[in-house]
Amino acid sequence: MTGAPLIEVEDLRIDLDDGSRRVAAAEGVSFRISRGETFGLVGESGCGKSITALALIGLLRPPLSIGAGVIRFDGKEIQHLSAARQRDLRGDRIAMIFQEPMTALNPVSPVGRQIAEMFVLHKGKSWREANRLAVEALASVRVPAPERRVNDYPHQLSGGMRQRVMIAIALACGPDLLIADEPTTALDVTVQAEIIELMRNLCAERGTAILMISHDLGLVANVCRRVAVMYAGRIVEERGSADIFRKPSHPYTQGLVDSLPRLGSRAALGRSRLKEIAGVVPAITSFPDGCRFNPRCVHATDICRTIVPETDLLEAGGLVRCHHHA
Amino acid sequence: MHEPQARREDDLILSVEDLAVHFQVGGGWLGRNRRLLRAVDGVDLTLKRGECLGLVGESGSGKSTVALSILGLLTPTRGRIVLDGQVVTSRPFGDRKSLARIVQIVFQDPYASLNPRQTVRRTLEDPLRVHGVTARSEIEDRVATMLRHVGLRPEQAGRYPHEFSGGQRQRIGIARALILNPKIVICDEPVSALDVSIRAQIINLLLELKDTLGLSYIMISHDLGVVEHMSDRVAVMYLGRIVENGDWRAIFERPAHPYTQALIAAIPDPLRHAPLATTGGDLPNPLNPPNGCAFSPRCRYAEAVCRHEPGPVLETRPDGHAVRCWRAEEIAGHAELAATEAGPL
Amino acid sequence: MKLRANLVIGGALFALAIAVGLLAPWLAHTDPVLDANLMNAEEPPSWTWWFGTDDQGRDIYSRVVYGARVSLTVGIVSQLINSVIGVALGLSAGYWGGWWDDVVNALTNLMLAIPSLIFALAIMAVLGPGLTSLLIALGLTNWSFTCRIARASALSLRNQGYVQAATVLGYGDFRIMITQLLPNMLGPIVVIGTLGMGSAVLSEAALSFLGLGVRPPFPSWGSMLSDARDQITTAPWLSVFPGLAIFLTVLGLNLLGDGLRDILDPQSRSRRT
Repeated sequence: MTGAPLIEVEDLRIDLDDGSRRVAAAEGVSFRISRGETFGLVGESGCGKSITALALIGLLRPPLSIGAGVIRFDGKEIQHLSAARQRDLRGDRIAMIFQEPMTALNPVSPVGRQIAEMFVLHKGKSWREANRLAVEALASVRVPAPERRVNDYPHQLSGGMRQRVMIAIALACGPDLLIADEPTTALDVTVQAEIIELMRNLCAERGTAILMISHDLGLVANVCRRVAVMYAGRIVEERGSADIFRKPSHPYTQGLVDSLPRLGSRAALGRSRLKEIAGVVPAITSFPDGCRFNPRCVHATDICRTIVPETDLLEAGGLVRCHHHA
Repeated sequence: MHEPQARREDDLILSVEDLAVHFQVGGGWLGRNRRLLRAVDGVDLTLKRGECLGLVGESGSGKSTVALSILGLLTPTRGRIVLDGQVVTSRPFGDRKSLARIVQIVFQDPYASLNPRQTVRRTLEDPLRVHGVTARSEIEDRVATMLRHVGLRPEQAGRYPHEFSGGQRQRIGIARALILNPKIVICDEPVSALDVSIRAQIINLLLELKDTLGLSYIMISHDLGVVEHMSDRVAVMYLGRIVENGDWRAIFERPAHPYTQALIAAIPDPLRHAPLATTGGDLPNPLNPPNGCAFSPRCRYAEAVCRHEPGPVLETRPDGHAVRCWRAEEIAGHAELAATEAGPL
Repeated sequence: MKLRANLVIGGALFALAIAVGLLAPWLAHTDPVLDANLMNAEEPPSWTWWFGTDDQGRDIYSRVVYGARVSLTVGIVSQLINSVIGVALGLSAGYWGGWWDDVVNALTNLMLAIPSLIFALAIMAVLGPGLTSLLIALGLTNWSFTCRIARASALSLRNQGYVQAATVLGYGDFRIMITQLLPNMLGPIVVIGTLGMGSAVLSEAALSFLGLGVRPPFPSWGSMLSDARDQITTAPWLSVFPGLAIFLTVLGLNLLGDGLRDILDPQSRSRRT
């Protein structure tokens, strides 16, 4: 894990143009991911985690746009690349899988062809060669009878099988970075476990870094080595996954962990009222001043209501954005 | 037959007996490709007054179909549903109203489950009018009281759903379910569409209301943490059948069915870093269920007996813990071992 | 909300047409029927005769102004009949399904298979010409699109949580259809209705042109066009002005329909942020 990071995001701001004005849907977002590393972005709806991922892969579309900041991939800035250059990067070196594989796959094309297309597009293979590689790719995501399955259409496959196909497409060209946006939210838990293990093993074998986006703290802690928690457009805490939920430093992270009805806690501790985080998740157009968590925070003081906290380095390693962090 | 029923119904608010719901699927031209989907196939359930029954299972397990049948939204193919002493499956169609005063539902998606063109007031007042409450003052009183019960202010009644956040909408959904003073509330994934930081508020609210209003719940969820927190008893369904049914502590501390074990082991925990246990294979196609035990193709303990007809029956042990598995006794040892391996919290 | 050009222009044109119809007695210079004077026959447009006169010396401007009454009555009333029939059939078919849905579907397909003007012609042939017959004929023949839209909306809306909730709360079927489904499908129904009014105005013109519309001498834009066809080369103003009135009204209704579609489309409204 030495040398230049694979991807480096510095002070990224993503603007939302709602017709009359621009608001920052995400701002001051900085993180880096090394080669082969697993990094998680957790947060609730509207916290900016998904649009950050879309910015990395060059898929932000109006009304969203990059307002400021730098995205460096393999040492080169990519935030201002032309559409054509971004397309070359996409699929070949940065790949993405989405929450709903049914909408991400083309319904009128056999899955084998959709995998083969990647080899033709990015690796210049002949269709004949690409079709052979597609069977191998399906076998590698442990789809049974891949030589027959290549001819199936997406609707003939189960949800789990479709997500396997998505992974096969994403990993076809041996990307350096796989972005997984809620990859298992639409799946059942036993199937989720399968898909997560598959994705993790394949990426570990090939040295592919993972940027995993999810609202599920458990899943992110399980898959990723480092985790950043986002709230209302900013990263509030970034730590190793072993520490972040066990010894959270930011009141928001603390609140999330405390509010979860964790499996096994009632048996161990008895049923007690869950600790609530008061209030509501703020809308993008009405983010509070100062620390954006302050209206819901039990530790909030005057400074929290006026001054945006800087990102502090924690002694135990990691970053936190709070005036009163533990 | 009738006598013992009457005595049992003193503390039972709901009993579902041998419920089956089958659908004709496909059809095609002249019905040549028509096949039978056994969405629910012989389910027995009971719910005591004041109890919360957790109903757990993955997609296709039939848990929602059971709920819809109890609500009278689906006509069962077979079996009986007895609600508060009345057999509701056998009576003529069209008596939605009396059913409505016994059982209600809180839906998963608070965005799709409120009529966008009705104010909160209208959403809560209309059911009262439909049920014959005409006095203006009584209607206003009951709406205001209910809004306070669910943590909203009566002044907010004039607003439309889009003026509320997801959590507040779910509170409105709960108020609507409770406005007729039902005895049973079916909670169908009541928090899974909500933001993580909001879920605890709604879970706490549901538990408070259960105690203050003396309700009984059927809690349908795939989030086992929520089910464990809320339930007194838990029934686990797989492919249209109950595979395990028992006290919550028994289910979560000593799961006896390999499927329950797999389900629990597959839940990622933020504070524990064991790799997720995988089960192998996808859920089978419910149109073409496996022979013998439905879980056998994915079960790590499966032996020849598991793959042959007939499948195992649901056997109730003396402590009330029921399991549908040929090898439950042998597996019990393995489970305790696995529990110690996972370690304490 | 941004004001859209099509909505504003369309609304203005339609409002103008309605205002002209309502204020006809004050706007008209002469009586459209009685003030015939052969001394003034076939005068071209001038300061005295704004739109010229016809072969009986009647003022075309006054006749166009009064003609708005017939054309708009036909457009609005017949489309209202169509909307009510279409919504009633489509909504109930989509909500109930089963054999009733099959019957409504068959009926809709039948209506779509026969050109509605031909069907209207047949009805007119039975009922005889006149305003009432016109309203009935056009009101019974153009509901199939509304019906289709209402059925499709009902099919998707009946699975919404709030419709299920209403069922569970013990609402009757009619109450569910009227309070839960209807308000949520009104957007597209209104759009179709506006576009339908435009086509009804055109159909009135077509039927009147064929001599099946309002009985002469009372003016409608269609019958004026019909009367003017022999003089189209010698006195073009006879056809130009009623034609222009039809054109502007139908244009207005179509723009209005498009504009309403833009603002009533649930996609364009902000939902979750």
